[in-house]
Amino acid sequence: MSNKKTLYVPDAPFRPEDKPDFTSLKLPKAGESEKPDVLVDPSEIRDLAFGLVRVLDDKHKAVGSWDPKLKLSVLKEGLRHMTLLRIFDDRMQTMQRQGKLSFYMKSLGEEAVAIAQGMALRPDDILFPSYRQPGLQFVRGRNLVDMICHCITNSKDNVKGRQMPVHYSWKEGNLVSISSPVGTQFPQAVGCAMASAYKGEDNVSISWLGDGTAAEGDFHYAINFASIYKAPVILNVVNNQWAISTHKNFSSGGATFAARGIAYDLPSIRVDGNDFLALYSVTSWAAERARKGEGATLIEVFTYRGEAHSTSDDPTRYRPKDEWKAWPLGDPIDRLKKHLIGLGKWSNTDQRKLEKELDKLVIKSYKEAEKHGTLSEGPWASEETLFEDVYKKPLRHLRKQRQELGI
Amino acid sequence: MSQMNIIQAVNSALDIVLEKDPNVCIFGEDVGYFGGVFRCTDGLQSKHGKHRVFDTPLSEGGILSTAIGMGINGLRPVAEIQFSDYIFPAFDQITNELAKLRYRSGGEYWAPVTVRTPSGGGIRGGHYHSQSPEAYFTHTPGLKVVMPSNPYDTKGLLITAIEDDDPVIFFEPKRLYNGPFDGDHKKAALKWDTHPKGEVPEEYYSIPLGQASIERAGSKVTVLTYGTMVHVAREAVISSGIDAEIIDLRSLVPLDIDTIIESVKKTGRCVIVHEAPRTGGFGGELSAQIQESCFYHLEAPIVRVTGWDTPFPHSLEWYYFPSQQRVIEAMKKVMEI
Repeated sequence: MSNKKTLYVPDAPFRPEDKPDFTSLKLPKAGESEKPDVLVDPSEIRDLAFGLVRVLDDKHKAVGSWDPKLKLSVLKEGLRHMTLLRIFDDRMQTMQRQGKLSFYMKSLGEEAVAIAQGMALRPDDILFPSYRQPGLQFVRGRNLVDMICHCITNSKDNVKGRQMPVHYSWKEGNLVSISSPVGTQFPQAVGCAMASAYKGEDNVSISWLGDGTAAEGDFHYAINFASIYKAPVILNVVNNQWAISTHKNFSSGGATFAARGIAYDLPSIRVDGNDFLALYSVTSWAAERARKGEGATLIEVFTYRGEAHSTSDDPTRYRPKDEWKAWPLGDPIDRLKKHLIGLGKWSNTDQRKLEKELDKLVIKSYKEAEKHGTLSEGPWASEETLFEDVYKKPLRHLRKQRQELGI
Repeated sequence: MSQMNIIQAVNSALDIVLEKDPNVCIFGEDVGYFGGVFRCTDGLQSKHGKHRVFDTPLSEGGILSTAIGMGINGLRPVAEIQFSDYIFPAFDQITNELAKLRYRSGGEYWAPVTVRTPSGGGIRGGHYHSQSPEAYFTHTPGLKVVMPSNPYDTKGLLITAIEDDDPVIFFEPKRLYNGPFDGDHKKAALKWDTHPKGEVPEEYYSIPLGQASIERAGSKVTVLTYGTMVHVAREAVISSGIDAEIIDLRSLVPLDIDTIIESVKKTGRCVIVHEAPRTGGFGGELSAQIQESCFYHLEAPIVRVTGWDTPFPHSLEWYYFPSQQRVIEAMKKVMEI
């Protein structure tokens, strides 16, 4: 090593040759942070941007004032959705490896994000997800066959085969079309929330982006506009440590992502993203505050991306293979399951039964979806749809181009 | 009917749509309390309310992205970008989001956003207050692109743009705001009250997008142009005595190709005039479409009179800005062959 002074460039804490060790992570105990009144002045809760709201303790008991005290049926529903998401992901990834999907992105380790946060909202709240919250659709009851038809890009894909897989759009479920340029949805959600306020409606908008994307200008646009216009919006930075191979150390020079909200005078809360109850509780708090006209909340969802970014990258090239296993906040599904078992309302046998049932459901849905076509064989959306929806009504030059193609 | 300049015509159009549709809201930098640096939104906030005409942070990307969100949620936003030179921080939101939303969502979502933005040179604005960036947007499927050249068209086209369910980029040639400008900067500035298109109805009316206007009928050469250059071309034609047909395109997307073809087939000669730089400019597209449809009617190669492929200069503005003389020379060149 040279002692020559030169540019400092950060690095990830661990690379493939290292043994991951997260003991230096400061993790507050479950139940340690106090849940404030929803009308609190943001300046009074700045500590929440540096702490970590946790409800499930090391023995999987719900503790502290953030415990949302959910009904058993809600807990079971959450476990079911998260389990379904993991099984669905596994099946889709397998089918991608067989060439049935052009691309896929899993939510492994982050299942609680979409499920708990989605369940804490009302159906008329408007969702602006990134590509890693497909679980929102399970919460809102979307037909699995429709989701798969999109992923395998067949004739029943509601976005007419125009987007890569996992770029869902679902108007009926108030889920706004997902785009690949990361972060663009964040300030759009703020505008959407401004429109709700403009119309005097009390639904909220919610958006998610990742730690990597928090480096985009759109992140700043969003929290600044949200603060200025007191928009009823919930803005989540899902800090899963990795943006493809870019560690969060390249997105933030320090502090937490939640801490950025302090400068914008937003309530800013850091939450254990693998804790279903904590996520549900923090999201409900933010939604209630927004509905009461107090504006936006910035939430940092602290978690770990258990899988590759997508089917196009091999994470063993840039991080230790077992890093997820070393993650100190565990597996969100396992933690909620153990909580339910601790309550005496669930068992490992129940879980295995559920997994079997959901696996069958996914396989059945996949087969059903394939009846509407496959990526390689079709049928796909009809050829003329190539020229549709560019404008509300096709412009003349597009009609001519369509004729040129002979359709 | 009353006399209006383009600023007043914009203001009148906005006033009418605000009155007519409670979902229309207008925002941008300095547009609310102050009424806009060019005064286009003067008085609208006090008349229609603070939530309908409001100021934003200096954040073009924020303005466009929130406009898209509002559009998704049922509003009909009219966003102002103070100078089109400053539209680029919003480029991703316009070209990747606004333009593609309807398509990528299979028609489930769209955002009927109108972006008003002053463009063009002739005001001693240097390269950051003079650009004509329309070609970046005509190149993007999903956008409509409009540029009027007079108060009457401005009002009618702006109302149509706002009421359109597709996104429209509405360029306002700022050199024309207060009066027609024929390119001769040494002449005393004219007002719109001497121009027939300065007569503007007070009430609602609309002009469809995609219909060019024949600014002057003629038989020897077709001059295709838009924005400020309509007036430069007109004066060039008058002073040279050439019997040219001047077509003011008014909207670039959709393009009124029929009117263009009909004229070029008649004259057999064509000059294209725009302020924007030549390479990759909209003139190249016009030229290509004309040769595709009128090749056997052309008596001479098409000539473009455009801004040079340099940034827009400050002190040397009048060497850059396409002059009457350059238009005359171009017409002569295509007619000599």
